[in-house]
Amino acid sequence: MTDAKEPLVKIDASGIYYRDLNTRLRNVTANGTRRITLRNVHGQRYIGTDLNGPIEIEIFGTPGNDLGAFMNGPRITVHGNAQDGCGNTMNDGEIIVHGHAGDTVGLSARGGKIFIREDVGYRAGIHMKEYKDKKSTIVVGGTAQDFVGEYMAGGILILLGMNLRRGKSHRAKFIGTGMHGGVIYIRGKVEEYQLGKEVGVAELDKNDSQVLRKLVDEFANHFNYNAEEILQKDFIKLYPRSLRPYGRLYAY
Amino acid sequence: MKDIRLINNTYNDDKVIDACSIFGAMNLSGARFSGESVIKAIANMHDRGNGLGGGFSIYGLYPDFTDQYAFHIMFLSQRARKDAEEFLLKNFNIVYKEEVPTRSVPVIKNPPLVCRYFLDTGAAKPEDISDDDYVVEKVMEINTGLSDTFVFSSGKNMAVLKGVGYPEQIAEYFCLEQYKGYLWTAHGRFPTNTVAWWGGAHPFSILDWTVIHNGEISSYGINRRYLEQFGYMCTMQTDTEVVAYAVDLLIRKHNLPWKIVAKIVAAPFWDDIERMPKKEKELSMALRQVYGSLLLNGPFAVIIAHQGEMIGLTDRIRLRPLTVGEKGDMLYLSSEESAIRLIAPELDKAWIPMGGEPVIGRLKDKTTKESKMVKESVTVGDKK
Repeated sequence: MTDAKEPLVKIDASGIYYRDLNTRLRNVTANGTRRITLRNVHGQRYIGTDLNGPIEIEIFGTPGNDLGAFMNGPRITVHGNAQDGCGNTMNDGEIIVHGHAGDTVGLSARGGKIFIREDVGYRAGIHMKEYKDKKSTIVVGGTAQDFVGEYMAGGILILLGMNLRRGKSHRAKFIGTGMHGGVIYIRGKVEEYQLGKEVGVAELDKNDSQVLRKLVDEFANHFNYNAEEILQKDFIKLYPRSLRPYGRLYAY
Repeated sequence: MKDIRLINNTYNDDKVIDACSIFGAMNLSGARFSGESVIKAIANMHDRGNGLGGGFSIYGLYPDFTDQYAFHIMFLSQRARKDAEEFLLKNFNIVYKEEVPTRSVPVIKNPPLVCRYFLDTGAAKPEDISDDDYVVEKVMEINTGLSDTFVFSSGKNMAVLKGVGYPEQIAEYFCLEQYKGYLWTAHGRFPTNTVAWWGGAHPFSILDWTVIHNGEISSYGINRRYLEQFGYMCTMQTDTEVVAYAVDLLIRKHNLPWKIVAKIVAAPFWDDIERMPKKEKELSMALRQVYGSLLLNGPFAVIIAHQGEMIGLTDRIRLRPLTVGEKGDMLYLSSEESAIRLIAPELDKAWIPMGGEPVIGRLKDKTTKESKMVKESVTVGDKK
């Protein structure tokens, strides 16, 4: 194998079928490679799936749907936009997108962190989860479209709203619909009607502020922002009113 | 019974990626470009479809016949062609006719014959009916009355060419890399509830309207019955067909602007209407009352085109994807951004519209008064 034990592997992904590309990634990482650069990526799906441990993947281009699906540990940096299903059911690791992302960012994520510099599409964080010390986390620099945090079962979702025009509210509706775990922090205005029926609104307490501080610092580091400036503006916290909203629907 | 898993996944590992792919490219200045880039873009989304349907619409295709209705007709038998040509002779003046050139592609099995006819309405047309209405009427007569005969498209200076296969195979079959147009739409099909046959491939079309679609129109039955009252007969056995007739009715016949049409087919929720200012509220309620039967229910992302315009629209809660790219005079709409970037890596702008809000690409105004050139290129509304 030509890729054996090379510390850095560079792959020109043009024209490579997604199955072949992911097989290649499995092979080079099995051989001990810990840094991979992918150029000319055009829609190959599932990049990073099935990879474990501390691997750095840099992507130039537009990775396909389900980027980092089921991934367990690597850090993927995208120089471009991500498509739908970014971070699908990921278990651990990081995805850092220098652009926007499509629908269902972090769907069913079980752990790991996703940082999106700009906006995200519909249903970001749908049914993301947490268990003990594993808290899936999504930080969005811009705003989200509808159903952000839908059916959220755990984890932390942050909307920074940095590209909202002065005085403008976030536009997402059905925020946190069906939410029954985790927490959403929103910077910028949200009207009551935009919220799902299952969420409550609260001010941040000391613990919230610590969590937020740490994640905003990380976000600012990734994208070269000033964390202090971001944190100066007020945030609201959304929490699930009930941890088991339908517990009595079928059994009582 | 075919094992669908083997059609969809030759690796036999149960992994199936299935969704239609839609792609549109338009030069807003009207400059014509070859199908090569569009074919490359739709082929990049190959895995979404399963080879059971592919098709293209091309606008600005026939500069030598801009005034004639260009009928593209599929025949499932030689006999059908003879009957149809008699029908056309009786009802139109045939200015030019030919078989649509094809090349042999091994995976395209048993293709039907596809011919094109450039037609003028003639003495057979009653005076009290417009040319367009007459053409719609005749298309319906052909689709419902002549056996083995189906009209792919019937608009001026445009064509729909489609069939059973992956879109890049259909493009190869119809030699589409040799064609030029200023607006192209392309579709890769994964049939959900309806049969895979040549007539059921997208785009669906009437006059110069074309529609390509990812999703399911679960209101098909209601829409279809409503449209039948206006003389539109559904014959293609696929839900998307109703969208083509709905836009013809709403825009050509009822003269409604796109913003209104979007509020009909992807109507705002009652909760949203409740919060609107009085006038807007009255309008939205009236539209839901008058045109309730044209609400498109179910998940959809569509690209609708006709001469001079390309429109992208999704259902209200965006259950199917649609992304936009802009580069100079070019407007791209696609299921996936990667397909756009493949042919236009450096976009001026890439963004994702809100569900239910149309993205409208319009040909720049070429009126004689050059000083009054309309600058509007893309109407995108409020993007956030």
